[in-house]
This record gives sequence, structure tokens and C-alpha cells, in this order.
Amino acid sequence: MGAGLTVGSAMAMSSIVFAGSAQFIGVELIRTGVPGIVIVFTTFIVNLRHMLYSASIAPHLERLNMRWKWLLAYLLTDEAYAVTIIRYNHEAAAGESATKHWYLLGAGLAMWCTWQVSTAVGIFLGAQVPSSWSLDFAVALTFIALAVPILRDRPGVAAALSAGVIAVLAANLPYKLGLIAAAIVGIAIGLAFEARQPSDANDSQQAGKQ
Amino acid sequence: MNVWLLLICMGLVTYAVRLSLIVLTEHVVMPPIIQRALCLVPPAVLTAIIFPELLMPGGTIYLSFENVRLLAGVLAAVVAWYTRNVLLTIGVGMVALWVLQAVIPH
Repeated sequence: MGAGLTVGSAMAMSSIVFAGSAQFIGVELIRTGVPGIVIVFTTFIVNLRHMLYSASIAPHLERLNMRWKWLLAYLLTDEAYAVTIIRYNHEAAAGESATKHWYLLGAGLAMWCTWQVSTAVGIFLGAQVPSSWSLDFAVALTFIALAVPILRDRPGVAAALSAGVIAVLAANLPYKLGLIAAAIVGIAIGLAFEARQPSDANDSQQAGKQ
Repeated sequence: MNVWLLLICMGLVTYAVRLSLIVLTEHVVMPPIIQRALCLVPPAVLTAIIFPELLMPGGTIYLSFENVRLLAGVLAAVVAWYTRNVLLTIGVGMVALWVLQAVIPH
């Protein structure tokens, strides 16, 4: 607090914007008196990565009606996307489920509640949880737990490793642009690996046709 | 700009980005290369978030046996590889971090 926001607007920010990085950067920009239009544009750039998530999750939601899509889009954070897409890709092998959108709803609502409670705790308790507990590391560990089991084929491993390296090299780019650059380079390199040697999936498809 | 108007604009921009391709791809059949590219989004994005967390805990690259986050993260990755258990991976990683923080001077 003390960043140019009242208790009410700080709480409201977590439900209106509901995007961690954009909120942290937004608060900092509001505090330093940056013009509103610049803050809104910065929010757009910081959240560009969600366009990748939107494209990636779209095929799984295409049979839903608009109300579901509007609701689930609001809940599409990094965390909800990560657990959901891994579940969906895992399920895809076993066949489609007609109720799978409930999984994204559950993940999204769990994140939403956690985020609102954390915001309230942050506002009223401030920095009373000692930083030596390193609780933020649990987020990185969650991503590790999700990422490692999906590294099954060469294109995926190539995409992951190259994206990781680029993310480190480009970490000092502003507005999380390093993350988008890393993802795009990683995907391109993964595709190049697929083109060089047909994946197992292609092999089994061809075997099925014969 | 009024702070409430600003918050609403930030919220609308965020929402529009998240909704964009869910709605736009509705009646479009995506070419196979795009579909394959989208399959690579999860591994690429996840490691792009993880690597800087482990390799640059203070904002700069820190390759050392005293980088406790890197050591705990690698151990957690090994646990994830063999067990595929999310809660166990987080638990082992956090305990490893606390133990390393207590043992390794920094």
C-alpha cells in the first residue's frame, strides 16, 4: 500500500484486472504518476502472452456456448492455463470428455479465490511473512512439476530448452517481452525439429493407414 | 486519469487479450502447422518462466553451487521426472530450499 491506491481500489484491481504481473507493474506506474494511456498500453504488452494461451486452449473450448467462453476467458491466468492444458493434452490420448470445461472453471476459480485472499492479506498484513521463508519459490516448483512430465519427444524438449535459454538471455527486456520472445523462438525451434525428423505421432498415423 | 477508469481499462485490455483467440478461431480451421505450434506452447512457456527463476534469482545470472534455488529446482525436476507427482515435487523442492538456505552461507 501507499502506492497511490486506496484499500478499495487495490482490492478491486485484483478482481477487475486479475493478472499478477500486470498488477505489480501497474501499481508501480500509478505510484510514479505515469499517464493512464501508457499504463493501459503497458498492461496490453505485459499480457500479450495470454494470446498464446487463448489460441492454445481455443480448440478445447470450441463446442461451448458464448457464456462459457466469456467466463473461462476471464479466468485464463498463467497458472490456470498451465494446469488445464496439461490435463487436456493428457486426456486427449484417452478420448474427449464432454465435461472438461469444468476443469478449467475449477482451476480458474481456485486461482481467483487464492488471488483475492492473497491481495487482502497483502493489504492488511503487508510484509509480515518473512521473505526468508521463500514462499514465492512454490510457484516455480509448481511449474517444474507441470513441465517435466510433458517433455516426452525431441521437438518438445528442443522447444523447452531453447525457450528457457532465450528467457534467461532476454530476461532484462521490459514488460515481460523476454517471455514472449522465448516462447516464440522455442516454438520455432521445436517445429524445426519436427520437420527434420517426423514425430512418433506421424509415424503411428502412417502405420495406421497402411 | 481517474484511478477507477484506469483499472477498468486495464481489466478490459487484459480480458480482450485472453478472449481474443478463443472467439476468433471459432469458425476457422487452423492449418496443421499452427496446431503443431500450439502443442509446443506449454513446454516453451513453462521453461521460459522456470529458467530465469532458477538461474537468475537475484536478477542476474548466478551459476554456482551456492545458488540454492538452482540446486533445489534441479532436485525437484528429478523428483518430477521419476514420480510425476505435483505435490511431492513442490514439497521436496521447498524442504530442499530451506535446508540448503540453512546449510549454505549466502
